Amino acid sequence: MKDILLPVAHVFALVMMVFAATMLAPLIMAVWGLDPALSSFVISAVATFVLGALLWLATRRFKRELKTRDGLTLVALTWVALPAVAGFPLWHYLPINFTDAYFEAASGLTTTGGTVLSGLEFLPRSINLWRHLLSWLGGMGIIVLAVAILPMLGVGGMQIYRAEMPGPMKDSKLTPRIGQTAKLLWAVYAGLTATCIVSLKLTGMNWFDAVCHGFSALSLGGFSVYDASIGHFNSLAIEMVLTLFQILAALNFATHYLAWSQRGVRAYFRDAEAKAVLGVLVLSCIGVALFLFLKGTYPDFPTALRHATFNLVSIAVDGGLHTQDYSRWPIFAPMWMIFLSCIVASSGSTGGGIKMIRTLVLAKQAHREMNQLVHPNMVRPLKVGGTVIANRVVFAVLAFVFLYFMSIVTLIFLQLASGLDFMTSLSSILACINNAGPGLGLVGPGSNYGTLNNFQTWVCSAAMLLGRLEVFTILVLFTPTLWRK
Amino acid sequence: MKIIILGAGQVGRTAAYHLSREEANDVTVIDVNDEILRDLQDRLDIRTVVGNASSPRILEAAGIASTDILVALTNSDEVNMLACHIAWTLYRTPKKIARVRSADYTERDRLFGENALSVDVWISPEQLVTEYVARLIRYPGALQVLDFADGRVRLVGIRARQGGPLVGEALKTLRAHVPSADARVAAIYRAGKSVKPDGETVIEDGDEVFFLAARDDIRTVMKELRREERPARRVVIAGGGNIGFRLASELEDKNQVKLIERDHRRARRVSELLNRTIVLHGDAADEELLVEENIDSTDVFAALTNSEEANILSAMLAKRLGARKVMALINKPSYAELIESGSIDVAISPQTVTIGSLLAHVRRGDVVRVHSLRRGAAEALEVVVHGDADSSKVIGRRIEDIVLPEGTTLGAVVRGEDVIIAHHDTTVQPDDHLILFLTDRRHIDAVEKLFQGSASFL
Repeated sequence: MKDILLPVAHVFALVMMVFAATMLAPLIMAVWGLDPALSSFVISAVATFVLGALLWLATRRFKRELKTRDGLTLVALTWVALPAVAGFPLWHYLPINFTDAYFEAASGLTTTGGTVLSGLEFLPRSINLWRHLLSWLGGMGIIVLAVAILPMLGVGGMQIYRAEMPGPMKDSKLTPRIGQTAKLLWAVYAGLTATCIVSLKLTGMNWFDAVCHGFSALSLGGFSVYDASIGHFNSLAIEMVLTLFQILAALNFATHYLAWSQRGVRAYFRDAEAKAVLGVLVLSCIGVALFLFLKGTYPDFPTALRHATFNLVSIAVDGGLHTQDYSRWPIFAPMWMIFLSCIVASSGSTGGGIKMIRTLVLAKQAHREMNQLVHPNMVRPLKVGGTVIANRVVFAVLAFVFLYFMSIVTLIFLQLASGLDFMTSLSSILACINNAGPGLGLVGPGSNYGTLNNFQTWVCSAAMLLGRLEVFTILVLFTPTLWRK
Repeated sequence: MKIIILGAGQVGRTAAYHLSREEANDVTVIDVNDEILRDLQDRLDIRTVVGNASSPRILEAAGIASTDILVALTNSDEVNMLACHIAWTLYRTPKKIARVRSADYTERDRLFGENALSVDVWISPEQLVTEYVARLIRYPGALQVLDFADGRVRLVGIRARQGGPLVGEALKTLRAHVPSADARVAAIYRAGKSVKPDGETVIEDGDEVFFLAARDDIRTVMKELRREERPARRVVIAGGGNIGFRLASELEDKNQVKLIERDHRRARRVSELLNRTIVLHGDAADEELLVEENIDSTDVFAALTNSEEANILSAMLAKRLGARKVMALINKPSYAELIESGSIDVAISPQTVTIGSLLAHVRRGDVVRVHSLRRGAAEALEVVVHGDADSSKVIGRRIEDIVLPEGTTLGAVVRGEDVIIAHHDTTVQPDDHLILFLTDRRHIDAVEKLFQGSASFL
């Protein structure tokens, strides 16, 4: 066990030092705004850097090239340990316990967006910036960022990339070098974020709100600086901008890069996954709007369409921003939104859930099985968007969906056992494992996760990490073979 | 440098490994077998594309349009040549290297000339390995013999043994020992670790010594490092494949060659093509056959079949039965390490022999020859310096004034027809060919920069 952990710890120490550097952003914000949280950030940044440096020095002897299993361990270790580090300034400054601070930081890093805090508008700006920055860093992946900027991770980089990037087929790279691929993805991500921030500023937000919500939109985080989330602004223009960018964030960033490099939208039409995402979203928005209008929730169809579109898109792609307390809508609508949050986001996007490509693969596999019943001798490969999917991938998808489903069931039972009501248990676990954010019941958009007790909060934190790393990466830590020599 | 490698066979995989190890190279490998590619991508930082190597569509997917070098290493000569031709015709790829095995093609120079097949360089691993083995047989006692400047300078790797007059003495006495010849010790490996050679270094029994010398001086210098062995007369080759056959035809005029081939039909075919070689049908690991053919009075036994396990076993058997020196062709680098400490004298690694000829083309600056050594950890290269004293960091300077990166030795200078063994006061002139030895390949970047000074001048 020592032989595996120590070399990984050596690299993790580097990640920690890089992470300490990201604390400079809220620190500068605190200095600039003469904010009371300044000392918390100074202590955290220094402590993180020093701890990282000490760990680096202590494990220097164990430096070696990373192997496959090291990549998995590194990613899992980083994601489990970083929320503790990231939550430190929150715990130090705010009157919350460690459980809640860990939850808040994990919720940021995994881009879930559920919060335990209320009175967000009264928090120091540095704290709010930190929460949103965590979302933004976690969106494309903190380790993918490390791969992009630390050349020494190049060799084991592919394993790391695969462990952190969502989706079933991660063998194709944009460029021969993994470091370059990571850089390109981050560049696309940063570019889209900047565009979103400027658009939000132009539609009426101040710069600070624009930056925070820009981070939230592209990372599909879901944090806001207002308790009422986007409902605070009550602006159709802002909602349209955010809807557009959240949809973009739910598509594969590799497709964005292709579209950018070809200077055209052809890439999107060739991406079967993107087409499916857009199709499902458009039909669902119209359907739910019609349903809300017919049920009389909103007096006219345009209003129903506006609210249905923003809230449905935001939850379905695992963002989590909201304008309405949709938990008060007739139950069909919020349940449909939560169902969509399980399947809509693309692989290679910043969204969570089982991803649209896996849904497509499973649907086609089911179709193939049925055809096979009618034509027992039929030979037909499974194709998605004209590309043949290897049986190996289909099996991996099946195993993934099984584990994902079992994780949900187990965690829901844990919540129920702790005394939570059914609706809150179900929705909190689904919202957390899909990294969507608000659930229904006690954790609905009108309230937040602060109402849960410590045990329930830890269960939610675990669900978020499982969901962000797509179950395997976390669960593999518990397999004895990983630790055996 | 953007590089596309066609074919993920043994040579292709080794090439991908060596090329992608260097920061500056972006490597993409194309092959039809997705299993091999997936495995390869797991271990190397490269991109892979599944498909037919000569298909323009696949080449485009691999990014041929912006590729600097295409290396075609598939099993088929025809596919390799066609892929190079397509790359030039459709995409104007600057450099195209193809593996062409069949001498039928390579003998005809016009085939690769102007207005013909657009193959800039062809390499034939079998030919390279054959030449390599032939040189080893010519210099008994040597572990490695590598050519520079068309064979005028050779780098020789040899294990120093008690009995050589220089063993136990400091290097600076070399001149006094052999007044007629000049040589430069480029590197010494003691128990697997590199020892920096300078005048005070004492050569010990068992050291692996690499020295550079003009072709005619090699024997004289070798005699200083171990007792002279009589030249090889009787050679037994196991395996009548491409390499075995070529080696036999190269050696049969001067040596007494026996070739053992287990496939009857192949044995017949080989015997028809060879003139003086005795072709034997049988198993090279058959003790009776070996004894019958006087293995105990054989000078060199070379196991060159396709199966490395068979090579190792038959070579060990031959050694036990009394063959003076045994060699085995071994693909797996880990095997090579294992056996060289055992009873087999020389392990021949076809990949290491081949990779050098590829590396010469990806090096920046005017590098004419590269030899990969010690399983890729070390490298010897021949660089041409261009420009003048102002544009180059080396021209017009004495060798002692040139700051070479760590572990790098400048061994020899070839000026026109002359071979000058490098001494501290040798001055480098324009268009000199310099022979360098790097004990640590990782410093190659610094070396390239040093000698590239005048690249803009070209």
